[in-house]
Amino acid sequence: MDFLNALVVFLNFVFIPAAAYGAQLALGALGVTLIYGILRFSNFAHGDTMAFGTATVILLTWGLQAIGITAGPLPTALIALPFGIALTALLVLGTDRAVYKFYRRQKAAPIILVMASVGVMFVMNGLTRLLIGVDEYRFDDGARFIMDVRTFREMTGLPEGLALRSTQALTLVVAVIVVVVLFWFLNRTKSGKAMRAYSDNEDLALLSGIDPERVVRLTWIIAAGLATIAGTLYGLDKSFKAFNYFQILLPIFAAAIVGGLGNPVGAIAGGFLVAFSEVAVTYPWVKVVGYLAPWYEPGGLMQLLGTEYKFAVSFVILIVVLLFRPTGLFRGKSV
Amino acid sequence: MATNRQAATSSSPWRAPILFAVLAALFVLEGTVRNSMFSGSWNTSLAILNMGLISAITALGVNMQWGYAGLFNVGVVGFLAMGALAPVLISLPPVEGAWQAGVPRLLLALVVGLGTLAMAKLAWTRTRSGIVVTVVLIAGFVAYRWLFDPAVTAIEANNPARNGNIGGLGLPVLFSWLVGGLFAAAAAWAVGKVALGLRSDYLAIATLGIGEIIVAIMKNEDWLARGVKNITSIPRPVAQEVDLQQNPDFVDFATGWGFPAAEASGIWVKLSYMSLFLVVLLIIILLAELALKSPWGRMMRAIRDNETAAEAMGKDVTRRHLQIFILGSAVIGVAGAMMVTLDGLLAPTSYNPLRYTFLIWVMVIVGGSGNNWGAVLGSVTIWFLWIKAEVWGPALIALLTGPLPDSAFKAHLLDSAPHMRFIAMGLVLLLVLRFAPRGLLPEK
Amino acid sequence: MTDQNATFGNRGNRDASVVNTKGMGTIDGTRRSGPVGAGRAGDPFLIGESMTGGYGKGADILHDCTISVEQGQIAVIVGPNGAGKSTAMKAIFGMLNLRQGSVRLNGQDITALNPQDRVKAGMGFVPQVNNIFPSMTVEENLEMGAYIRRDDIRATMEQVYDLFPAVAEKRRQAAGELSGGQRQQVAVGRALMTQPQVLMLDEPTAGVSPIVMDELFDRIIAIARSGLPVLMVEQNARQAMMIADKAYVLVQGANAHTGTGKELMQNDEVRRTFLGG
Repeated sequence: MDFLNALVVFLNFVFIPAAAYGAQLALGALGVTLIYGILRFSNFAHGDTMAFGTATVILLTWGLQAIGITAGPLPTALIALPFGIALTALLVLGTDRAVYKFYRRQKAAPIILVMASVGVMFVMNGLTRLLIGVDEYRFDDGARFIMDVRTFREMTGLPEGLALRSTQALTLVVAVIVVVVLFWFLNRTKSGKAMRAYSDNEDLALLSGIDPERVVRLTWIIAAGLATIAGTLYGLDKSFKAFNYFQILLPIFAAAIVGGLGNPVGAIAGGFLVAFSEVAVTYPWVKVVGYLAPWYEPGGLMQLLGTEYKFAVSFVILIVVLLFRPTGLFRGKSV
Repeated sequence: MATNRQAATSSSPWRAPILFAVLAALFVLEGTVRNSMFSGSWNTSLAILNMGLISAITALGVNMQWGYAGLFNVGVVGFLAMGALAPVLISLPPVEGAWQAGVPRLLLALVVGLGTLAMAKLAWTRTRSGIVVTVVLIAGFVAYRWLFDPAVTAIEANNPARNGNIGGLGLPVLFSWLVGGLFAAAAAWAVGKVALGLRSDYLAIATLGIGEIIVAIMKNEDWLARGVKNITSIPRPVAQEVDLQQNPDFVDFATGWGFPAAEASGIWVKLSYMSLFLVVLLIIILLAELALKSPWGRMMRAIRDNETAAEAMGKDVTRRHLQIFILGSAVIGVAGAMMVTLDGLLAPTSYNPLRYTFLIWVMVIVGGSGNNWGAVLGSVTIWFLWIKAEVWGPALIALLTGPLPDSAFKAHLLDSAPHMRFIAMGLVLLLVLRFAPRGLLPEK
Repeated sequence: MTDQNATFGNRGNRDASVVNTKGMGTIDGTRRSGPVGAGRAGDPFLIGESMTGGYGKGADILHDCTISVEQGQIAVIVGPNGAGKSTAMKAIFGMLNLRQGSVRLNGQDITALNPQDRVKAGMGFVPQVNNIFPSMTVEENLEMGAYIRRDDIRATMEQVYDLFPAVAEKRRQAAGELSGGQRQQVAVGRALMTQPQVLMLDEPTAGVSPIVMDELFDRIIAIARSGLPVLMVEQNARQAMMIADKAYVLVQGANAHTGTGKELMQNDEVRRTFLGG
């Protein structure tokens, strides 16, 4: 019984939140890794692309709600999402036209693209602020819980409760669908294979008749889609605040690098690794230990690090992985 | 075969003096002309200039790393924060009762913590056994927390309303600027040691991470510098405005120049700071230029221009990179200490990477990568624009939306006009990168 | 070099957390093709005639150099280091600026075409290095070779596998994990997937062991015997001449000797100065 209680506490406070957060990070890291693999630079504007995408989704959600359209038990944002993706993709493609294309034609060193992405980051940051401001918003509507604590207790008779918020379940479902579709696209379709070929060897791809500009456009569209989805899921799960999306850049980069930059499988693994470590290290384990080892009375909360230091966790994982496997867990650079 | 569109225009020896003169004119306008664009207040003008000078020193540090060695440091905010700790820990008076409460135990805990890391490293090089390292780390961590937690609780319980921190050493604040450099250098050593010279570098992500961590530590470790409760009343190296206003000689002097005493005291203080900052700035530029012209500097440039060749000639590229990374970070640390001294306040929540990392990068690129005077010019210019954009943005929007009828949309635009400066800075960076990548003052 | 690259090109490119320099391209994919002209009567199947030119705006490397291949034959380009062998082949493939001369293939003047369009016009080119997609499987490499084809590629793929049984066994493995010789086979197979009218190989045996080299030469002969003309650049002049129907010895970017492989092997001057006695 105590073991079951411990398990429920673990699932409720560690496993489920970490899985949802991990899925959000993984989607973000996938976008970063695709751009790194194909456009060959780390996109510092990715966090702000996520923020912009989410902001458009929120505005559209409000619009839909205003005219009385909702998705019933599901968040209205889900209806707004495809339109948000389209708008973000348009913005990102416009940015590529206006900024990156010039350097690509010149065969400019990738560091110049990194610099340019810092400029784009500023502009997108400003755009998002213009669009929606700097305040914190919650935009999840529909059913709040798939399973709430009381129902669970009544069902099982355990003193500990287990809650599954609908946004968490939604995050996992959407993430699985997106990842399956993305991998099917990259590994099974001609266009997806062309993207991987371009990432592997630009010249040979060109000589094989692959249109580089088409590959680049596809990449931006996919990255915009991933960023908007990741951002919206993160916002639904927690809340939307533009600055948080800038800060999430670190765990996302860490996830992408830990998994091996340029490697989509690695990005997903990295995302979950970072998320689970963050939650596990910052969670006070006293309750779980209390059930598992009732004879032991710990002095404190048994929390390894305060939640304020969750960024430190992604950083330490990053360092450890790089020290032992400099190319990341799944050898990097192979979209 | 270089198609240097920019080269033709940038070779003039008058370019730098002219640009600096234009910049100076802007500050004079800000100080004298009062209209919708300028404030007409010398206090405002000098305040912008002082912060611009600190930004310039920060940019010099970044420029050393980027310009001389091509290192991409995106943790500037962290090194600034590191430096900012120095005035608090060095020049603040000691906190009564903190030492008795547990400072020795705290120091011991920190020593144990660092010792654990060193032991783990040693264990790894000696045994190559993951298990041994893990055991060392776990044992060290337990010992560290056992020492650390009670000490922190005790220190933070010591007069928490006013102090609750370990306090300073009561040494002169100017000395703390130097220590700020040392603090940042130590952090840079740790980061650089890990992130430079793996199969390739991972400096960007490592600095991004350490930047966040240092700021997080400042925000949350109340025993260190009171966290988000802020530290105020950091000692000043210059006179206090109040003292000046009560000094009859100064009041006479001020009225002689036609300024009311209150305004004049502010100007006087700002001018004093400005002189201090200029001295530091000039010393750093002098040292940097001398270093660059020395054999060491030539080697640095050789490495930057062709790493492979330099490596083949037996130069230890990683080691040189580490050196320059530490030096540059030390300069950033000095700037961090100066900034806290100028503000008289340590407010960790204000350490925002957009403002203190990426804006500095805009300054360096706009000024001219690799050119020290360029970094100075770029910093002060960009800082001036950054501040003024907050005023000019709404003015511009008001002008543009003037003909529109009042509406929610217009109100929204007017409300969000101050955010225009982010877009403006991004555009400046993008335009410079595209049309004048060598910056305002190109590297020779 | 552009302003941007001059200023930033040497900075920050060591930092793998922000830049990815692996697999970067060098060919300018944006160059547009000019019109295709008519060939000349009595042309060989493929001819690069009186080619003079160099890379970019640099000095000329080729001087009035002529290379040709007849249907069903093997032509090799040999010569000392720096003679412009690879450059001659790249010139035929459209990768450098020709100031004079023309390239004609199968009765068409293709001098104005860019490399991509020459592939479509029937050239199969295997670069000396970076000639596979390392993270993709052998099969995907072949599929990418056939990217421009809209018809069923399975038959061609089977032909390639018949030709290279060793890589056929590893069709599901990443090409980058194969041995040097097998990678070359994948590279050649990739080029064959377009069903080219001429196969151009830039030093296919560079860096492989002598046994693998013999094996590769066997395969190349088999390809030529099947009716596909082969033009190749070779370091191993002696072996190359043995299988060549026609051989070109280049010296300093100009034709020094031309003839069948056998003739040149018997030419005293060629033997003395070039084959080492």
